[in-house]
Amino acid sequence: MADQSQGRINVPVGGSQAPSTKTISGSKGLDFAEPLIFEMGEDGRTGVDLPDITVSDDRLGGMRRKDAVGLPGLSEPQVVRHYTRLSQKNYGIDSGFYPLGSCTMKHNPRVNEKVARMHGLGDLHPLQPNSTVQGALELIDTLAHWIKTLCGMPAVAMSPAAGAHGELCGMMAIKAALEDRGEADTRRRVLVPESAHGTNPATAAACGFSVDSIPATERGRVDIEAFKAKLGDDVAGIMLTNPNTCGLFENDVIEIADAIHEAGGYFYCDGANFNAIVGRVRPGDLGIDCMHLNLHKTFSTPHGGGGPGAGPVVLSEALAPFAPVPYVVHDADGYRMVEHMADSDAKPFGRLKGYHGQMGVFIRALAFMISHGADGLRQASTDAVLNANYLRAELEDIMSVSFDGMCMHEVLFDDAFLKDTGVTTLDFAKAMIDEGFHPMTMYFPLVVHGALLMEPTESESKETLDLYIETLRGLTARAKAGEADAFKNAPVLTPRRRLDETAAARKPVLRWTPPEPEAQAAE
Amino acid sequence: MRYLPHTPEDRQAMLKSIGAKAVEDMYCDVPSQALLENPVDLPSYIGEMEVEKTFTDFATKNLAPSCAPTFLGAGAYRHHVPSTVDYMVQRGEFLTAYTPYQPEVSQGTLQYLYEFQTQVALMTGMEVSNASMYDGATSTAEAVMMACRATRKNRAVLAGGLHPHYFDVTATSAHSLDIELVHPDSDPTRPAEPASVNDLIDDKTACVVVQTPDVFGRIIDLRPIAEAAHAKGALLVAVTTEIISLGLLEAPGNQGADIVAAEGQSIGNALSYGGPYVGLFATRSKLVRQMPGRVAGETTDVEGERGWVLTLSTREQHIRREKATSNICTNSGLCALAFTIHASLLGEEGLSRLARLNHANACKLADQLDALDGVEVMNDSFFNEFTVKLSKPAEEVVEALADKHILGGVPLTRLFPTRDDFANLMLIAITETNSDTDIDALVAGLKEVL
Amino acid sequence: MSVKYTNDHEWISIDGDIATVGVTDYALQQLGDLVFVEVPEAGRVVSKGDEAAVVESVKAASEVYAPISGEVAEGNSAVADDPATVSGDTSGNGWFFKIKMSDASELDSLMDDAGYKAYVDGLE
Repeated sequence: MADQSQGRINVPVGGSQAPSTKTISGSKGLDFAEPLIFEMGEDGRTGVDLPDITVSDDRLGGMRRKDAVGLPGLSEPQVVRHYTRLSQKNYGIDSGFYPLGSCTMKHNPRVNEKVARMHGLGDLHPLQPNSTVQGALELIDTLAHWIKTLCGMPAVAMSPAAGAHGELCGMMAIKAALEDRGEADTRRRVLVPESAHGTNPATAAACGFSVDSIPATERGRVDIEAFKAKLGDDVAGIMLTNPNTCGLFENDVIEIADAIHEAGGYFYCDGANFNAIVGRVRPGDLGIDCMHLNLHKTFSTPHGGGGPGAGPVVLSEALAPFAPVPYVVHDADGYRMVEHMADSDAKPFGRLKGYHGQMGVFIRALAFMISHGADGLRQASTDAVLNANYLRAELEDIMSVSFDGMCMHEVLFDDAFLKDTGVTTLDFAKAMIDEGFHPMTMYFPLVVHGALLMEPTESESKETLDLYIETLRGLTARAKAGEADAFKNAPVLTPRRRLDETAAARKPVLRWTPPEPEAQAAE
Repeated sequence: MRYLPHTPEDRQAMLKSIGAKAVEDMYCDVPSQALLENPVDLPSYIGEMEVEKTFTDFATKNLAPSCAPTFLGAGAYRHHVPSTVDYMVQRGEFLTAYTPYQPEVSQGTLQYLYEFQTQVALMTGMEVSNASMYDGATSTAEAVMMACRATRKNRAVLAGGLHPHYFDVTATSAHSLDIELVHPDSDPTRPAEPASVNDLIDDKTACVVVQTPDVFGRIIDLRPIAEAAHAKGALLVAVTTEIISLGLLEAPGNQGADIVAAEGQSIGNALSYGGPYVGLFATRSKLVRQMPGRVAGETTDVEGERGWVLTLSTREQHIRREKATSNICTNSGLCALAFTIHASLLGEEGLSRLARLNHANACKLADQLDALDGVEVMNDSFFNEFTVKLSKPAEEVVEALADKHILGGVPLTRLFPTRDDFANLMLIAITETNSDTDIDALVAGLKEVL
Repeated sequence: MSVKYTNDHEWISIDGDIATVGVTDYALQQLGDLVFVEVPEAGRVVSKGDEAAVVESVKAASEVYAPISGEVAEGNSAVADDPATVSGDTSGNGWFFKIKMSDASELDSLMDDAGYKAYVDGLE
């Protein structure tokens, strides 16, 4: 059918004034009002066709369900439309620039999705006989080889499911090594810089360690003298993020490694910021004992709205014997998986998750690595650092860079440039949303006031960065011109405006509940 | 390189802006002895066609369950996932979003998490759920740690029918926190004796952990265990590795469970050689502030419109740091979305039919296997998985079946390597994806092998 | 009735051997809108410096420490039920808990009104 344009006016007429945004349906053009699935279902509808068979109770142990579950019935087209509409209320890397500091929001290549769904890879049961999964085991071993080579480390534990899970793995390996030395009861203190991500102290506590905070210098690095003063025979180790959360390389890292080793402790490196140095610096050359990689950051596997991730942990010779089960072994008979402590020749500290690790994430990460190759990965990290330094250079005259000098793959600003404007870091971030950008990380790290941490990644073109710079310069000018009210109102162009988090936390409503029947409600 | 937008001219212009002569100037803070002059010793970049070829080569060295009759379970189940699920989760706005820290541009993620939490609460019969954990095993470990916090006790009783991986993960965490675990052996050749754990619960016990259906496939009545636990001030943690069973079986929440830890892979998620999966975690409202993990809650915006935010964040590591309820940060967001969409497609009727279909197939298979010489079904009760005793060691039988391109079952010694008495026992699972032809193939295969 | 203050921004109103403990306006301003309060049960014996109560806003969580040793005489269920009623007013109903003091000499090391004011001024 052709578009019947004859007789219609095909250019807009009338005023440019937008009409009231109140609509009858609640939807606003492409921004749809969308209820919960529980508010749109009907009994008797379904989105799958399955036979309706009866089964006897004979083999159910007397435990047949008596009441309905309470799930709504929806047809397939209803489900497709519902989740399409929800997706349209989200901002992703596919939508636009996502400079969220310490989160490495880079492009997620779609070939990675394609290969992860190959039948011989996505459709494998974790307990198939080893003889039927030689390709899967070889894939894990290949990824391990790439990780070890990029890190310059002799071993890697593949099973942790995320960064924080990798931290747990590393700290448990340290604890096991201390137990092996007979010093687990005396070495219970872990040193953590105050700029660390919250998972570091939480992990140390989850391993039964106490946390001792190390202050930062005015240059945003670990205060090496304060660090050395805290060393002693009760110290289990240090958890140091490098490059750190201020976006800076810890100049004294080798001296820190030497000092912690001399004091009998171990060096845990948080690898959240590995994207700055891939192919340029091998953490093994810095004297670390263990470090997790966030495959969902550095190696582009999708963040998926908060997971799944994967957090393999590279280990030094000192910690390698304590790596958890399972792990892949390659010998004359091919590849096999060592799944139990009892089957291990080494001294594994235990098991961290069911089965073997995040295979679906491994496949995607390896696809990213081999696509880039050694040269492409080195170029990618260099571009990431170049982009961050470009933002720094183009913004430092009007916004307040927290620390002077070159940054790594992210650049940290504080809110000094907003002093006396009445605009806060939060307001500034919300105004960026109206401009079509995802905000940077706000209020982290805690070592500067009103932090704004920007990580552009290597995926962004110069044109995108230039538009972002122009926008931030413009917003800064507006804030300084006394337009605080506009910032306080932002965002105004989003599916929802600012939400009441206080009310949400005071009286938590964490699930839908059926409305009470009217007759009862009236009683 | 196709993923990198900068031209050499762009890079030169940007270096000039930042006042660097060469890229090495940006790495001036790195100790010079640690700075690599050349790329590491790995291959160079390749195009998309070569990437596909590489992974096809890996894939062809595996025997995919889609190409062989498959009867593997033990906590990971091969169900049919409707095409809609995989299409929807690949929408870039879901796939490439971060954790919903900016709620104004994350209502899609937040609303589906709220729907997920509601579905999980309904299925398990609990009051609240979090927005997912890594997997069922880590959920179980977190449940034990939560029970210890909530009761201020540090002893847990874990029934013998708990999946060994779940036990091992829990034991690994418990070791770090000096939590005492009591874990009696279980004998799958005899009927389950749920009350046997009751004698192990004492006043110092924080919780008792019971899986149903248990790792051997037996359905456990949780009610007497809940009663015994509560009488001693302990919590009941109910575990299930096959969430679809709750379409047919009584919800643990209706049997007195205080925490439910479960694996949600069966709904919406591929086998994927063991991960990523989606840990389910549900509990009672009064315990919600002890719960680990993220949670989405309802609120309103400045215009009074209903919306959702992450809430109760003060439990979490980014605020509480070393005093957080858990160190978890990333969860299984996208797997939770797949769960939510599949569960939405199923609805009440679909989930019930799916559960009945699984059980009916299992009954059919059990009857046929029990009739074979050299095979004896051990279970009085089961959902879609049961234990058989074979006349030969199960590991040999499984290998021989694999040679015939049949993925016949999981030898129990694969899960319990030190239990020599399990040598002839095999765990067999069946789902709606298995046809009568698959059953015939397994029966014929076993006849030849045994 | 005298009032004392701690470095952790708690106020202590003393009436005989009963100390009523709350948090100061300064602390409340730092925390923002409170969303959750947990108070100790009566009968709990606390030593000076023990964690006795919890306050949470949306983005911050903090412990309230026992400023003095003794036995908890009462936790204020009204503030636990509605955190918005927490108040820095030392004579109002927005207190956290009351302690029956076991050693009143511990009060000597605490600040008085003028001392606390100077302390807060020094922080800003």
